[in-house]
Amino acid sequence: MLAWTIYISFLGAALLMFLPGDNPGPPRVVALLSALAGLFFAAMGIAECCRHSAAGVLTDVVNAPWIGELGIRYHLAADGISLVLVLLTGIAAVAGVLFSWNIETRTREFFALYLALIGGVYGVFLSVDLFLLFVFYEVAIIPKYFLIAIWGSTRREYGAMKLALYSFVGSAMVLVGLIAAYVVAGGKTFDLVELAKYPFPAGFQNWAFIVVFVGFAILAGLWPFHTWAPTGHVAAPTAASMLLAGVVMKLGAYGALRVAMTLFPIGLHTWQNTIAVLAVIGIVYGALVALVQQDFKFVIGYSSVSHMGFVLLGMMTLSQIGLSGAVLQMFSHGIIAGLLFAVVGRMVYDRTHTRDLAKLQPMNLNQVLPFAAVTFVVGCAASMGLPGFSGFIAEMQVLVGAWKTFPVFAVIAAAGILAGIAYTLRVLVKAFFAEGPAELPNLPDCNRISVPERAGALLLLAATLVIGLCPRLLLDLITPSLNSPLMSPLWKAGLR
Amino acid sequence: MNLYLECLTASTPEIIVIATALIVLLVDLTVVQEKPAANRAALAGAITCLGCSLAMAWVALLPSSVHVAMLAISPMTQWLKLPLLLMTVFAAVLSWHQRITRHAGEYFALLLLAASGLMLLISSDNLLMIFIALELLSISLYALAAFNKASLASSEAALKYLLFGGMSAAFTLFGISLIYGLAGDVQLNFIAARLRSQPGEPLFYVALVMTLVGFAFKLAAAPFHLWAPDVYQGAPTPVASFIASGSKVASFFVLARILLTAFPGARGTASLNDFLPGWAPVFIVLAVLSMVAGNVAAIVQTNVKRLLAYSAIAHAGYALLALLADQRHALSALLFYTITYAFTVLGAFAVVGVVEDSGRQASLADFAGLSRRAPLLSFCMLVFMLSLAGIPPLSGFFGKFYVFTAAASAPTQLSLLWLVVVAVGASAVSLYYYLQVLKQIYAVAPPPSSTWPRPAISAQVTIVMLAIIVIALGCAPDLLLGKITALLRSHPF
Repeated sequence: MLAWTIYISFLGAALLMFLPGDNPGPPRVVALLSALAGLFFAAMGIAECCRHSAAGVLTDVVNAPWIGELGIRYHLAADGISLVLVLLTGIAAVAGVLFSWNIETRTREFFALYLALIGGVYGVFLSVDLFLLFVFYEVAIIPKYFLIAIWGSTRREYGAMKLALYSFVGSAMVLVGLIAAYVVAGGKTFDLVELAKYPFPAGFQNWAFIVVFVGFAILAGLWPFHTWAPTGHVAAPTAASMLLAGVVMKLGAYGALRVAMTLFPIGLHTWQNTIAVLAVIGIVYGALVALVQQDFKFVIGYSSVSHMGFVLLGMMTLSQIGLSGAVLQMFSHGIIAGLLFAVVGRMVYDRTHTRDLAKLQPMNLNQVLPFAAVTFVVGCAASMGLPGFSGFIAEMQVLVGAWKTFPVFAVIAAAGILAGIAYTLRVLVKAFFAEGPAELPNLPDCNRISVPERAGALLLLAATLVIGLCPRLLLDLITPSLNSPLMSPLWKAGLR
Repeated sequence: MNLYLECLTASTPEIIVIATALIVLLVDLTVVQEKPAANRAALAGAITCLGCSLAMAWVALLPSSVHVAMLAISPMTQWLKLPLLLMTVFAAVLSWHQRITRHAGEYFALLLLAASGLMLLISSDNLLMIFIALELLSISLYALAAFNKASLASSEAALKYLLFGGMSAAFTLFGISLIYGLAGDVQLNFIAARLRSQPGEPLFYVALVMTLVGFAFKLAAAPFHLWAPDVYQGAPTPVASFIASGSKVASFFVLARILLTAFPGARGTASLNDFLPGWAPVFIVLAVLSMVAGNVAAIVQTNVKRLLAYSAIAHAGYALLALLADQRHALSALLFYTITYAFTVLGAFAVVGVVEDSGRQASLADFAGLSRRAPLLSFCMLVFMLSLAGIPPLSGFFGKFYVFTAAASAPTQLSLLWLVVVAVGASAVSLYYYLQVLKQIYAVAPPPSSTWPRPAISAQVTIVMLAIIVIALGCAPDLLLGKITALLRSHPF
């Protein structure tokens, strides 16, 4: 069932490529149906996994030989962590299609690339063979370039190329690490489960870990390799920035957790403090930079860097609660960032054609676009980590985990949350609730918020609220997989 | 059986190809001399494809394995003739619609002679025979490169190719003569035996390096690459594609054969710290120079053919890594890499050829907005460019991955990892310039007043077939790799 999330996305992309005509209608429907089918298969797959075995244990989906000479297998499997992220991908994919409903130019190509990207992302989250994982990881890079370079806005070619090169350099580092691990382990298999059992020598782990980890973490926005993120987000069309922040950054975090940390626990131990420092810098730096931005989208872009810092910090705590907070934060930030980017890019920018906060100030947007204003207020509340939303429980868990491992960092990170509240309120006031002129400005494109937009916003809001009110739904998946045999080397290394 | 008869039977595919060349010449000279040039080209091209197909059928249906006189034919070499002949067919089909010349007969005859050179080159283990086959190939290609008489660049390209080629052939011949003087033989396995009994003769290495110069030239490995950009740009596009594909695969195979058969003990250690003489350090230098020079120079190119030339230099560097791998993987990695690369680059040149046919040049700006005019061709170009950049699931990715993995595991674990790091880094840089081409095709708007004549059906079919090959071999590498490894396991050469 779960494997069909991948196939249906690629099938949808292929179908779109051969669809005749320039009419934007059919491609939208095909894309929406594929995304919905992906979400459906993801949900069914999760239900199936929960029914079959203790939820969270790695369950095989497909396992077939692929390239015999190198021992590469087509091995898909899922545990609780991947299931959570597959679910996130499904939700983000549907919302992204809904918020791209107004794409009129080259609609077919847009959605074909969009679905190819989604397919790659599903693939990464479900692969256990590292070669296969790497294949899907790279498959996800190229569509991003075209989505930004063709349909983007501000400095799109620069942003697209920067993003592509950063991603490719990151994956080059990952490739070196994977090849080295494969060779050292005897050159028989790329299977993560098998490789994780191999005792890599400590000296090897020390360099291999940092190479693979940073290679992945570039995509997760690890400071100081985060600079692609704000420019890429700003240049991207709405759906692409939703996906970038929503799921692509999670690819990096997931890879760092699943590959680097699982394979090289001794190396992880060596670098734990260094990376935690970088993560904390990311949290504070991202928040402070977001505080002074004039471009609405840059604010959200930098806030992504800040929120992803929590994911990385949670992973570095090497405690159960910190790690489960990190995974939950991936889900939560994926939903919330998607929502915020949708408001900025689709609801506001597509109507006002500006993202300059100074220009938005006199527009009285809370009266012109009340639905956008309400959505953004709720999104901001979730982003700030108010109780009742998914972000609260996630960041709380990370902070508790960090308090146990590095108390000082926990305090600094909590200060980062305060800065987060500051920039969120600032942008909220400037964009929507500033004291404008009494009469409403005449905005020609300011039609009402359309049905797809409402549906997408409600979907995302519902996701963050449901998880915020009932985090057990996901924690019941995450916690058992943290205790699974695959992750056990992590805890052994954690006990000094 | 009579020795001559055996020789003739063994070389039937080559004989078929050479006979086809003569038939093409004869038919063109006698039957259709007065017909329009396009018809003559179509006829000559058709005969060429027919002859090549016949030879392919012979090779596929009657696998032979003999070692007579100067021929050393194994199932491996017989099989390798299939992709080489297929590349010749593709190059011939792409030449049909290109109005390069009025002398269609001579053009296709030379192409066939070059193909026979390729086939002889890979089916010999005798240095003299290898040299002769190499010259047959090279001289045909020099003439082919000059075939566009209307273009000054074509003549310049041919002259450059000839001068560089002649010089490096002289080096190779000198090296072979030294080897002969030392070993008393030109048969590869005798040289190996002699080398085993008397290891560490310094002159051997001098001779080896001299011999390698000629091959490095053929492969366009830096610092012997200077001819490549001008020739790729100036030569008629199908000829350039043939130089980049078939000629490269065969040269790499022979190079591997010479090194792994005659000089396996002379590999030396690959660790540069305790430096030992051997050919591994030579190849490390060649590989690093090629990867760096090719990729860096390609970044600033504005002509797509020139860009492909520099990318070819870089790819020669990647492929050289395979030679440094351990015996188990070296040849299979090399063959998989070069064959898939050859098909990819053939496709890329074919697209460039179609664009040139529409009255444009091959500069980057001429590709602007191609996706709006010809979506299918653009998609195929996307496949070729991304495969060259090494993006999965295309064959270029697995080729690179296999070569890098093989190189990293030899000769001792991870001793060559730094070289793999250089290669992976260079490959990351290369994405930039491949994306420049794709950006023109997909993201840039087409010039307002431009016409786009319908491309020839033959070219379109060829391009789509090549794209399918590139995708299929990327998604299921075992289709090709399984065959290669099975052949290598049963008969090493």
